[in-house]
Parts: sequence; structure tokens; C-alpha cells
Amino acid sequence: MKKNKISERTRVDFRRNKSLYLLVLPVLAFYIIFHYKPMYGAIIAFKDYTPSLGVGGSPWVGLDNFTRFFTGPYFVRLIKNTLLLNVYNLVFGFPAPIILALLLNEIRSKKFKGFAQTVTYLPHFISLIVVTGMITNFAMTNGLFNDIIVFFGGERSPLLQNPNLYRTIYVASSIWQEVGWGSIIYLAALSGVDCQLYEAASIDGAGKWKQLINVTMPAITPTIITMLILKMGSLMSMGYEKTILLYNPATYETADIISSYIYRVGMLDQDWSYSTAIGLFNSVINCILLIVTNMLSKKFSETSLW
Amino acid sequence: MKVKKSKGEKVFSIFNYLILTIIIMLCLYPVWYVAVASISESGLLTQHTGLLFKPLGFSLGAYEKVFQNPMILRGYGNTIFILVVGVFLDIIMTSLGAYFLSRRNVLFMKPIMMMMLFTMFFSGGMIPFYLTLKDLNLTNNLLGLIIPFMISTYNLMILRTSFRSIPESLVEAAQIDGAGHFRILMQVVLPLSKSILAVMVLYYGVGIWNAWFWASTIIRKRELYPLQVILREILMQNDVGAMTAGVSVADQESVGQSIKYATIMVATVPILCVYPFLQKYFTKGAMIGAVKE
Repeated sequence: MKKNKISERTRVDFRRNKSLYLLVLPVLAFYIIFHYKPMYGAIIAFKDYTPSLGVGGSPWVGLDNFTRFFTGPYFVRLIKNTLLLNVYNLVFGFPAPIILALLLNEIRSKKFKGFAQTVTYLPHFISLIVVTGMITNFAMTNGLFNDIIVFFGGERSPLLQNPNLYRTIYVASSIWQEVGWGSIIYLAALSGVDCQLYEAASIDGAGKWKQLINVTMPAITPTIITMLILKMGSLMSMGYEKTILLYNPATYETADIISSYIYRVGMLDQDWSYSTAIGLFNSVINCILLIVTNMLSKKFSETSLW
Repeated sequence: MKVKKSKGEKVFSIFNYLILTIIIMLCLYPVWYVAVASISESGLLTQHTGLLFKPLGFSLGAYEKVFQNPMILRGYGNTIFILVVGVFLDIIMTSLGAYFLSRRNVLFMKPIMMMMLFTMFFSGGMIPFYLTLKDLNLTNNLLGLIIPFMISTYNLMILRTSFRSIPESLVEAAQIDGAGHFRILMQVVLPLSKSILAVMVLYYGVGIWNAWFWASTIIRKRELYPLQVILREILMQNDVGAMTAGVSVADQESVGQSIKYATIMVATVPILCVYPFLQKYFTKGAMIGAVKE
């Protein structure tokens, strides 16, 4: 009986909103073709894919591709590099826009504040190719970075060939590019804080520091947590474009991360099934990370994405 | 009410200005360096070490070489084609999707939205996506850089939120007047959403302008390369040979260096020029994206 009711409701809904469903049809087609078909295509992770046999016709190999990755020579290195790069990026990159927003929020001169915002947002719009191109140029033996190192008494060296410096360069340039843009959201949250709260706090004798801890921080904590969840969710997927542009065989030992490895074995070596298997592993870890972070934040702070 | 500042607050204020000034200089300097280096004389530039504040000599030779390079002009042309056609299609598709998701009392709205949101967190991965493009003959084809990237789910959700804030009574009134959904979208909803549409145009536009990864993976014909892929060849793979032809071997490195800086400028100046005027739209978009329902 219940089933009938559902199909009846569906029929009525379709009749009433027919033109609306027609409108969304191209959008649905887009999602099916460019998102869900590749998801189906990801079953080649469990197969030995050859183009002539197609996705359906290629023979199943079970978990072979996954075992090959887990027992392969690069597994530990890739996990370690991915984690470390992300942890550094999180530890240094996440607080940076918050601090910038707090500093900007204290500026009384509207002109100066506006100028500072325009300038710090700017790097966000410079293309990755140009940013990494500049880094490559500056890091050369006769480049700007080396000129500065020499000025402080150091020695010239090709910086991008040095695996020990790779993460520093990567993280620092990411902060340079995104700190201003990232601060917008916090500035918006800060502008929503009621001025009276500050006045009341200062009448109660709270200095700048006390006001920061007791008024400002509680006001922007929900924003901080939301941003943190979003960041955690993309932990494993970030950065392959920049990595591909910045790394080279000399720095693979610290620079090569899971997503750049997926690119290398997939696109360059054309080892398609193997690459897809690693991609799938990466995607699943990503989803788990997102769900776990969201659960934790729900438990501790009542802020969550869903 | 003017509160008199204490001594501590004054010191803090001075430090604050100081720190921000340093941050501003750090953000601006690399761009300034490139700009100044690009119009310097290449011989003087290679001899120079350390920071650079004003041009060393003055020469537009590097720019001349850049504009004589047919590949750069080609790349510019391709990028502009992708930009115009792409942004147009992106806006149409995103509006259709956002309009559907903004309607009330539609039975399948929620499941369809879930299906779209799911793609933000899970994907088939690089290779299955590539194989899909290959199956559809979208490789080696400029359409392959447009059609598969028509909708960004993130932008779709921003637009949906904005459409939702339009009073339902306006849509109902149009419906009573006998307007269909397509007409309501075109004549009621879109005209009321001009500023958020401007944000969408900018987001998609900047995205397309800066995109390079898929172009470098699926395009094999050099004459179809967009600007960023050409840039990559020049900046990363040191492919300045074509432009330094006729320059003596001794000067090749220094001229190559100037050419790189000039190329960066040529590719970045369009964005640097429009950006300050459009900043408020960019900022607006960033804030809408952060507000959840």
C-alpha cells in the first residue's frame, strides 16, 4: 500500500513540476557524465584495464592493485610526505589568516585598511604557473632568494634541488598566496561583533588582551571550526598541481605526495588501474577524515557541516 | 564616544601598523621585482645581485620578443575563446541548477542536491575522469576544456543560497501571470541577482584564466594550447630558445631571463588591471561562500 502512495506522489510531483525537471535535465546529465560515470569507471581499480577490452571487459584482479601499492617501495614515503606537508600547511597556514584578520580589525584608518586588504588579497589571483615560475626563478643559484641568503652570510645553492628545503618553500609560498584571501571570512565574522561588548568589557577594566580572549575569540570560533573542518576534509587531496610544478627527481624524497604519484603513474606511465586504485584509496581516506572531523566538532562545539 | 587610549594601546597600535606594513611589502615585492626586472636591460640585470627597487636602465626589448612569439599570441587567443564560451555556458548551467535547487515543494530536490553535494567529497579520480573525456572525444579539443568543467558545485551552492533569498511571492506572482519556469528564471530571478552573477562571472573567469592542468594533460596539439600551458613551457621548461634566436650565445641566458619576467607580466597584467575595480565582488563571493544556511 505504502509503495502505491509513493508512486502516486511521484506522479503528481512530476506532473506539477514537469517544466522544472526539464530545466534541470542538462545539469543532471552533466553530473552523471562527468562525475558519476568516472565513479563507475573507478572499478578499473579492481581490474587489469586494457583500453581495447574496455572497462566492462577487462579481467578482474581483486585487490591486486591495492596490495601492490601497500607493499610497494614508495608507500611509506608517500604517506609520510603527504601527512607532513599537510600538517605543516595546517600548523602554519591555518592560523595565518586569522592573525592577519585580527591585526586588520584593529586598524582604525579606513584607507590604510582598504589598501592592506587589496594588496594582501592580490596574490590569490596570480596563477599557479606564474607563482611557481617566480619561485623557480628566485630559487636559482643566481636568483633573488640566494642574493638574500648571501646578504645574511650564507652560501649560494640551487634551493629547489634541496629536499630539506622543499616543504618550507612549499608552505611559505602557499601562505604568501592565500593569507589575505583566507582572512576575508574572519574579517566578516569580526565585523559582526557588537561594539557594545567591547565597550562593556573595557568599562569592566579588560585590556586589549583580555578583550581578545573573552570577546573576539568566542565570536569567531564557529567560523574557525567550520574552516577547520573544510580544511581537514581536503587534507589528502590538496596540492598536486603545485607539487607537479615545484618538484623534481632530486626532491622526490620529501616532495612526492600521494596525489602527485597518482598523476605520475597514471598520466606519465599510463599504469591506469594502479593509479586509479591509489586514487580510490585517497578518496576514501578523505571521506573518512571529513566525517570524523565533523563528528568531533559536533561533539565538542555544536558546530558542524551537516 | 571617544575612549582615550592608554599607553599600552598606543604602543600596540604602532606595532600593528608596522607589522601590517611589512606584510604589505612582502605581498607586493615579488610582483614589483618582476615588473621592474622585465623593463630592465638584460645585461645589467644578470650582473645585479640583491633586491631591486627601480629598473636598471630601461628596455622594452623583452616585451618585443614576447609579442613576436606567435605561440604567446596563439595562447592568448585560445584562452580568450575558452573564457568567453566557457563563462557563458558556466553561467547558464549553474543558473539552471541553482534555480531548480532553490524551488520549494519539489519532491526530488533534496536527493538531487545530495547527489550534487556528494561529488564535492568523493570522486572517481584522475584516470577515470581522463578516460571519460577520451571516450567522448573531448581530448585534443578546446571543448574538452569547457564542457567537463561547466559547473563548480561550490559556485552552484553559492548561487542557490542567493536565489533562495529572493521572496517567493515574486515567483508566485509570475506563476499566476502564467510565466513558465524558464521565463521566471530569465525575467525575474536573474535580473534580481545581478551582483551575485557578477561574482560568478569573476570566479569562473579567473578559474579559466589560471587553469592549466587539464589543458596540459588532454591537449596534444600545440596550436590549441591555452596561455598558461605556453607560460609553463617558457617559465619552467626554459623553452626560450625560439625567442632568443639571433642573440649571441653569451647573451642568451640574460636575455632569456628578461623574457621570462616579461612573459609573467604579459600573462598577469590583465588580472592585475581589472582586480582592484572588481575587488568588492570577489570579496562578496568569498563571504557568501562561508555563510551556511
